[in-house]
Amino acid sequence: MVYLTRRAEFSASHYYHNPALTPEENQRIFGKCNNPHGHGHNYTLEVTVRGPVDARSGFVMDLAELKAVLNREVLDAMDHRFLNKEVPEFRDCIPTTENLAIAIWQRLQPKLKAAELHRVRVYETPDLFADYYGEP
Amino acid sequence: MKAHLTRRYRFSASHRLHSAEMSEEENRRVYGKCNNPYGHGHNYALEVTVGGQVDPRTGMVCDLVELDDFVGRQVLERLGHENLNYLDAFKHLVPTTENLCAEIYHTLQRGFRAAVVEKVRLEETMMNSFEYCGSEVEGAVIRE
Repeated sequence: MVYLTRRAEFSASHYYHNPALTPEENQRIFGKCNNPHGHGHNYTLEVTVRGPVDARSGFVMDLAELKAVLNREVLDAMDHRFLNKEVPEFRDCIPTTENLAIAIWQRLQPKLKAAELHRVRVYETPDLFADYYGEP
Repeated sequence: MKAHLTRRYRFSASHRLHSAEMSEEENRRVYGKCNNPYGHGHNYALEVTVGGQVDPRTGMVCDLVELDDFVGRQVLERLGHENLNYLDAFKHLVPTTENLCAEIYHTLQRGFRAAVVEKVRLEETMMNSFEYCGSEVEGAVIRE
């Protein structure tokens, strides 16, 4: 079993707001992230797949295929977008780094056939990242 | 759904690696330049990983303000710009990065209640790092 990680970058804006909470609660819990006009990050995404090394190609999976799936399923949908307003998953779900990792997993998992998705890691900044392993 | 969140911090401290159980010669042989009696320092980078269910109300595993506050008070203020050998925790323990990593892990386990602390990772330099997730064989980590 070998693990293969591909890195990608995208930039997007978001804000944190739960309509079930009062404005004061939203402000208290989310602080500056509650600004309704949004703020942005340069996200770094690391997608790790795993599988046996194919004896013929020497690959766990074709990197070009992984890159194409990442571009199509994630970057085309999220790069230079306002996550709350333009990505359907976040209409009713707060686009925290944790939820972003889960949403990206759910987009990629059904599209990856050649290898098994192992981990989605999303860096919001170099000092903060979330990991999702598909755990319930 | 269960997610894992990692926050990265930095602090600088000095130390000297020297074991009271070894002779002067053995200390010099085992620890090399790190045995210099005057000590030396590092810029440490600390990664704290917490894990748990994503709270549907907040979308978060852990309130980052609480984590930053705890790490700030209990780790960064306590260790930052100190000589580690002079701290109570290292009176009878060699302040290797393995032991420092475990000490920080136990500090978090003892006092941080806002989320489950899963792992502490500590970079001593850009070329080496240590990870600790708790251990059944505690004695293997604690060297006196």
